[in-house]
Amino acid sequence: MGDLVVSNLNQTFHREDGSALMAIDNLNMNVRDKEFVCVLGPSGCGKTTLLRMIAGLDTATGGEILLDGERITGPNAKIGIVFQEYSLFPWRSVIDNVAFGLEMRSIPRQERNRIAEQYLDLVGLTQFKTSYPSELSGGMRQRVAVARALAIEPAILLMDEPFGAVDAQTRNLLQHELLNIWEKTKKTILFVTHSVDEAVFLADRIVVLTPRPGRICEIIPIDQSRPRDRTSVEFAKVRRYVLAMINQPKWTIQ
Amino acid sequence: MTLFIIKDTKAGIYPWYNHPLYEKLRQKNEDRIPMSNPARINKNRLLGVLAVVLGLIFWEVIAAVIIRYPFILPSPTDVFSAFVDLLKNGTLFLDFEASLVHFGIGLGAALLIGIPIGIAMGWSRRFDAFLDPIIEILRPIPPLAWIPFAIIWFGLTIYSAGFVIFIGSVFPVIINTYSGFRSVPRIFVEAGKMLGCTKNRALIRYIAFPAALPSVAAGIRIATGIAWMCLVAAELFGVSNYGLGKNLWQYYNLHRMDCVVVYMLILGLIGLLVDMMFRYYIDRHFLKWRTGEVV
Repeated sequence: MGDLVVSNLNQTFHREDGSALMAIDNLNMNVRDKEFVCVLGPSGCGKTTLLRMIAGLDTATGGEILLDGERITGPNAKIGIVFQEYSLFPWRSVIDNVAFGLEMRSIPRQERNRIAEQYLDLVGLTQFKTSYPSELSGGMRQRVAVARALAIEPAILLMDEPFGAVDAQTRNLLQHELLNIWEKTKKTILFVTHSVDEAVFLADRIVVLTPRPGRICEIIPIDQSRPRDRTSVEFAKVRRYVLAMINQPKWTIQ
Repeated sequence: MTLFIIKDTKAGIYPWYNHPLYEKLRQKNEDRIPMSNPARINKNRLLGVLAVVLGLIFWEVIAAVIIRYPFILPSPTDVFSAFVDLLKNGTLFLDFEASLVHFGIGLGAALLIGIPIGIAMGWSRRFDAFLDPIIEILRPIPPLAWIPFAIIWFGLTIYSAGFVIFIGSVFPVIINTYSGFRSVPRIFVEAGKMLGCTKNRALIRYIAFPAALPSVAAGIRIATGIAWMCLVAAELFGVSNYGLGKNLWQYYNLHRMDCVVVYMLILGLIGLLVDMMFRYYIDRHFLKWRTGEVV
C-alpha cells in the first residue's frame, strides 16, 4: 500500500532576526495508492519543503501527514527518496550503494546482493555494479539512486527534481525509464519538479502550488494514455494551460 | 612509432597541424606543459638524478679540498665509510628498532585518542564547544616543552619518549578528523537516514566516517611527519640505550660527525619511506573510490 494524505499542513521558518517566514500555508492534498503525482510550482514555493516533511526529514509546524493511516514523525522505512543532488555514497561501489538499505536491515550479504542486482537490472546498470559513483555519468548516478531507493521496497517513492541536473535528452530518456519502472513495480510516486513538460509527461495528477507561501493552486488530472506524445495536440493543450497558470503576472513578479 | 601515429591522426583532424608556423606555436605550448609528455618526465627525472650527483661532487670538493676538516664538514666518502663501519660494528638496527618503538607508541596513542576526540567534536556541537578551548590552549605549546613533564610522569622510559611524540602528533589527528566530520555533506546523512541508518552510532560508522576518511588520512599523514620530527628530541634526554636520535647525539658527543651525517640521512630516508607508504599504499587501497576526482 502507499496511500498518502496531507492535511492542514503548515510550515513556518523563523529567521535569525526573529521574523517568521511562511513556506507552506494550510496545504491539503493526497496521493492514492499506485498513483503518480507531480508537484509543480515556481522555485521557492515550498515544493522541496513539502517533500522533506513527507519524508520525515523536517517537522511541520502544523497539520499532519498520514501514510497508510500512520502519522509520519521521522525518517521511515516505508518511504524511499531520490534527491536532486547526487546522493550516492562515493566510497561504496554501485551494488553496495543499492544494498545499503538492506545492509541496515541486517539482511545477509548474499541475499542483499541478490536483491540489489535485481534492482540494478531494473534500471539497466547491472554491468556497472562494481563501479564507483565517480565513474558514472549524471544520468547513471540518478538511476542508481532510484534503484537504491526502491531496494528497500518502500510504500511510496518521493522524488525531488531528480532529473534537474542532467541534459535534456538524458532527461527524456530517464522519464521514459521511470514510467516503465513505475508500471513494473506499481509504486506510489510523488514527484517534485519545476518543469511543466516533465509534469505533463509523467503524472496522473499535477498539483500546482502557488508562490510562497505554498498553497494548492489547482489539481489537474491528466487522463491521456501513456506513452504520451510530447508533440501531440492534447499534450500541448495541457501544457499551455499549466504554463499560463504558472506565468501569471502576479506570480512572476516575486 | 606510437608518437608518429598520434601525430598523424592529429594532422588528420587539424589540417594546419604540420604547417611550419603552427608547428612553432605547438612546440612552444608543449614546452609549457612538461608533464604531458612521458619522454619528458623521464628526462626530468634524469635531471633530478643529475642534481644529486652534482650536489655530491660539490659537497666532496668543498669538504675534501677546501675545508679539509671532517669535524666541520665530513665529505661524502667519509660518510660512506662511516656507514660501512656502522653496519659492521655499530648499532644501526637496534637503533632503528628502538626508534620504531618510540614512534609507534607516540603515534599509536595519538590515533587512539585523537580520532575518537575528533569524531566526537566533529559530530556533536556541544562536545565541540566543550573541548575546543582546552585544545586551542594546549595546541600551540611546542611538544618539546613537554619534555620535563614527560620525564616526571613517565621517568626515563620509552613511554616518556612516546609521550613527547604523542603531543606532537595528536593535534593534527584531532583537527583533521574534526574538520572531516564537520564537512560531511548533509545529503549523505539524510540519504542514510532515509535508508534506515538512523542511530548516531550507525550514522558515524557507515556514513560520516567513510565520508571523512580522506581528511582523517591526511591528518594521520601530517601527524606521521611531525612524529618523526619529534623523535630525535624525544630520544635526546636518555630514555633508552638505543635509538636513531639517541645515537646521533652520542656520536656528536664523540665528535664523530661522519656518523652523525649517517644517522641524519637514515632519519630522512625513513621519514620519506613512511610518507611514500602513505601516498602509494593507503591512498590506493583505502581511498580508491576517489580516483577520477580532483584530489
